[in-house]
Amino acid sequence: MSQTAVIPQTTPWVLPSRGVVGMVCLIVAESAIFTIFIVAYLYYLGKDLTGPTPRQVLDLPIFISICLLSSSLSVHLAVSALHSARRGLCSIWLAITVLLGSIFLGGTAMEWYKLIYRDGLTLQTNLFGTTFYSLVGLHATHVLVGLIMLSLALIFSLSGSMTAKHTGRLEVLSLYWHFVDAVWVVVFTVVYVLGR
Amino acid sequence: MSRNIWALLSSDFSHGSTSIFAPAGTPAHSIFSLSMLVLGITTAIFLIVAGLLLFAVIRYRHQAGDANAAQEPPQIYGSTQIELSWTVIPILIVVLLFLATARIILSTQNAPKPAAALDVTVVGHQFWWEYSYPKLGIVTANELHIPVSDPKHPTPVYLTMTSTDTDHSFWVPRLAGKMDLIPNQINTMWLDPQAPGLYLGQCAQYCGIQHAKMLLRVYADSPADFAAWIARQQKPAVESSDTQAAAGRAIFQQSVCISCHTVTGTVATGRIGPDLTHLASRDTIASGSLPNTPANLRAFIDNPAAFKPGVLMPAMHLNQHDLDAVTAYLSTLK
Amino acid sequence: MATHTTAPEQITHPPRRLVLDLLHNWVTTVDHKKLGLMYIGYALIFLVIAGVQALLMRIQLSIPNNSFVSPETFNQLFTMHGTTMVFFVGMPILFGFGNYLVPLMIGARDMAFPRLNAFSFWISAFGGFLLYFSYFGASGLSGAGGAPDVGWFAYAPLTARVFSPGHSTDYWTLAILLSGIGSIGTALNIVATTLCMRCPGMKLSRMPLLVWLYLVTSSLVFVTISPLTAAQIMLMLDRYAGSHFFDTQAGGSAVLWMHFFWIFGHPEVYVLVLPAFAFANEIIPVFSRKAIFGYPAMVAASVGIGFISLSVWAHHMFTVGLGPGANTFFTLATMVISVPTGIKIFNWLATMWGGKIHFTVSMMFAIGFLFQFLIAGLTGIMLSVAPFDWQLGSSYFVVAHFHYVLVGAILFMLFSAFYYWYPKMTGHMLSERLGKWHFWIFLIGFHITFDFMHVPGLLGMPRRIYTYEADRGWMIWNLIISSGAIFQAAGTLLFVYNMVWSYFKGPLAGPDPWDAWTLEWSTPSPPPEYNFAVIPTVESRRPLWDLKHPDDPDSRYE
Repeated sequence: MSQTAVIPQTTPWVLPSRGVVGMVCLIVAESAIFTIFIVAYLYYLGKDLTGPTPRQVLDLPIFISICLLSSSLSVHLAVSALHSARRGLCSIWLAITVLLGSIFLGGTAMEWYKLIYRDGLTLQTNLFGTTFYSLVGLHATHVLVGLIMLSLALIFSLSGSMTAKHTGRLEVLSLYWHFVDAVWVVVFTVVYVLGR
Repeated sequence: MSRNIWALLSSDFSHGSTSIFAPAGTPAHSIFSLSMLVLGITTAIFLIVAGLLLFAVIRYRHQAGDANAAQEPPQIYGSTQIELSWTVIPILIVVLLFLATARIILSTQNAPKPAAALDVTVVGHQFWWEYSYPKLGIVTANELHIPVSDPKHPTPVYLTMTSTDTDHSFWVPRLAGKMDLIPNQINTMWLDPQAPGLYLGQCAQYCGIQHAKMLLRVYADSPADFAAWIARQQKPAVESSDTQAAAGRAIFQQSVCISCHTVTGTVATGRIGPDLTHLASRDTIASGSLPNTPANLRAFIDNPAAFKPGVLMPAMHLNQHDLDAVTAYLSTLK
Repeated sequence: MATHTTAPEQITHPPRRLVLDLLHNWVTTVDHKKLGLMYIGYALIFLVIAGVQALLMRIQLSIPNNSFVSPETFNQLFTMHGTTMVFFVGMPILFGFGNYLVPLMIGARDMAFPRLNAFSFWISAFGGFLLYFSYFGASGLSGAGGAPDVGWFAYAPLTARVFSPGHSTDYWTLAILLSGIGSIGTALNIVATTLCMRCPGMKLSRMPLLVWLYLVTSSLVFVTISPLTAAQIMLMLDRYAGSHFFDTQAGGSAVLWMHFFWIFGHPEVYVLVLPAFAFANEIIPVFSRKAIFGYPAMVAASVGIGFISLSVWAHHMFTVGLGPGANTFFTLATMVISVPTGIKIFNWLATMWGGKIHFTVSMMFAIGFLFQFLIAGLTGIMLSVAPFDWQLGSSYFVVAHFHYVLVGAILFMLFSAFYYWYPKMTGHMLSERLGKWHFWIFLIGFHITFDFMHVPGLLGMPRRIYTYEADRGWMIWNLIISSGAIFQAAGTLLFVYNMVWSYFKGPLAGPDPWDAWTLEWSTPSPPPEYNFAVIPTVESRRPLWDLKHPDDPDSRYE
């Protein structure tokens, strides 16, 4: 401790990356939005005047959850591949990420189709419908935005306009994707585990 | 000067006082004494800090004539000891204030309900008050009658409050602090006026266009007066033999009046507007904003929006003859 | 305001072309200074509009049973006045100063995300436009065309389609949603700029307090504006898609909206007041000729206020029946926030103590701020006492209290900031003579209006009533309150006149008219587009003090 104080250091002036800081700020703001929707979900849990209730109609979406969570790993691998300038590998991992994300979105669509047409649950049916569709829908919207961005990254990677020097930017995008996954863990716990 | 202001603040403006500094019930009294403590402490803080500010501004002003006017004053960057003192002292004041406050919160909101307490249900409507006495079978509107409570044998009134539409707030400053009426939620509060009289207030939560004229009138009656009032209210509507009133009753019962208003014992059973069974026994109409005279009643029925823009009651479009008849009928409902 | 850059072109272009060029230049700019000035200009326009709304309300209330405006109009006036002042005056003007000053004070050439900055400005501006378009494109509770009339906190279920048909409430929701997106964008930008764009040597512990305060206030925006955005999405779903978030008929809760709104609403007060503290932290030391007293404590107090402000929201809800437990907790949390706030007041006092106070107009407004903020804080303590609030809440006492904060503290400090930084922004000094008139007239008007406004609240007058009964004894007080408004209007006009006059006739300022110590004063006035020809390196909190006093630099004591 005293040693570092004595020796005058000419440390270079290093500041955090503005992309990462910006994304962290966005994530904090988004978390606050999700928190409000989750609070509304929990607040109205079991206060419905009419059915259906979560226990009657919700099934655990295990497969699509595994898909979404593993896409966090694949996007991480895509970033590392780009960092070590292996563009082909990066494209493959990005493609896998997009595929896994699409499976998740497709699974959500099928779940909603079943809920709407078989169980007759819509946004207007009761408080459960209101809070369920808005919370899961808000998350799905974020997945959709992420998928569009990842698809663009995939196109840039395939066309060769994204190279190792853009690793920082892909990393910022991957941060967003990790956030979307983390939110799903919370939504899954609240809606499908605690709420059932 | 300050005495005059004080007199103005606490004086009884004829019967119209709504000053929080003229308490006439236990909740208002305990708030009043707490507020005196708070005012005392904050005034002391104000005098000290504003005094220091005034002193600094005068004492440390830049004087151009000074010998060393051009020189910068000594730079002082802080002092842990001094800063600690103005952190710790405020904390102590906060603790003191908090304890005093917590005591009053609990004594008011957790007060045990005596067996002699009277229950009244208050329902807020755009833009009037519905009062019902479930155990006495009375429903009335806009003028709340409650018994005076003798501190030795307290007979407080417990209000159970809700709303059918938007949020409202029940505020009669001389009796108690306010409590909101919220749809889909039950709130409670209690009143124990210690002197007979009329206590005024008004809705304190913005509830729509006519919020301003949703007035409150609480009549604290002596036990005998209150018993008489109950006996009167429990009777069915008066059947007058007057021909004009009878004609008015027929018109009333054939028109849309009955889909919103109730007159007990008749076909009029609407619940949207105020109960009119004993309308003529009330001092005011239109949520306390007009004296209950036949002329006012007639004009109000003709076009309510002229007095209360935004009122939900439509203009009745009755001809002059019918208007007179309906007014005559309603004036018999003592 | 920046004709200086295009002045040489005047010779080569015909005038019509010049106007278009100038317009194009401003509309497409991503320069933080121009965007800052546009934020300020846009906020000033709305300040005048919302001020006129306040005057109309005061005329209506000056005597009982007045019929100067209809109830519908009055309800629109207070809704629009509140919404405009908070979202389209307070937020943009503070972001405007932040945009202008933060990069200059940390020795940066622009914000971290210049294009996001422009986007945030224009989307906020569009929100304001949308809000006022409601006067033509919507109908409200009354059914007639007109502005929102549900109050600025728009309690459910008044905002439901049943009680608020037509589109006025939709305009309100959309306008706030858009301005919220802009605010989050700008806040993100300020945080990223502060953390990532500092010049060499500008460690966090050396940042000017203004930058610290903007960092705290912007961080607070993420956790306050976002809940509001979420609540607005829910309200819109309720109104358009038939969901039941705040639908009390379907089991929805009116109280939930109150929670969501005040989780935003209370920290929002701090979002607005922290920048005012920021200005005070720069201006009071310079005109007292002393370093700020207790820099670390000031930073800690600011961060502390930021955190505590997140746990006090339900003090707006003492009368909704939360029960004694919640009332007790929120009383305590609210009282606790007075401790860091007190530290700030004492530190400013200690900064002035032993200094040489120069009574420039800027400093006079700052002293006014200190005095009035003290009173506002003390009435705040009264309102934090839950039982006292059962009487005072929703009465004119509350209206007086928060206007003491918003006008007495924030607006006074804003005026102070204008007199202090106007020379930097335009290159011309504001007239001190006109400024002194402005100060005294406005001060008198302020105290006539808002000192006496506490009284009708104590006498039982609720807020948001378009008229009142003659027998309540409120008239004399309302008449006094209304008369003060005239002085305030006159003072404001004088201020606007001063800004225009000084822009053309004011003496040249030079780079450093106040002999100040932070980096913005090391650039020319107004600063060039790139701010600094050479990126500065700093060694202390007051780099210009070090330059001016090489024998006794601050860096020796930090």
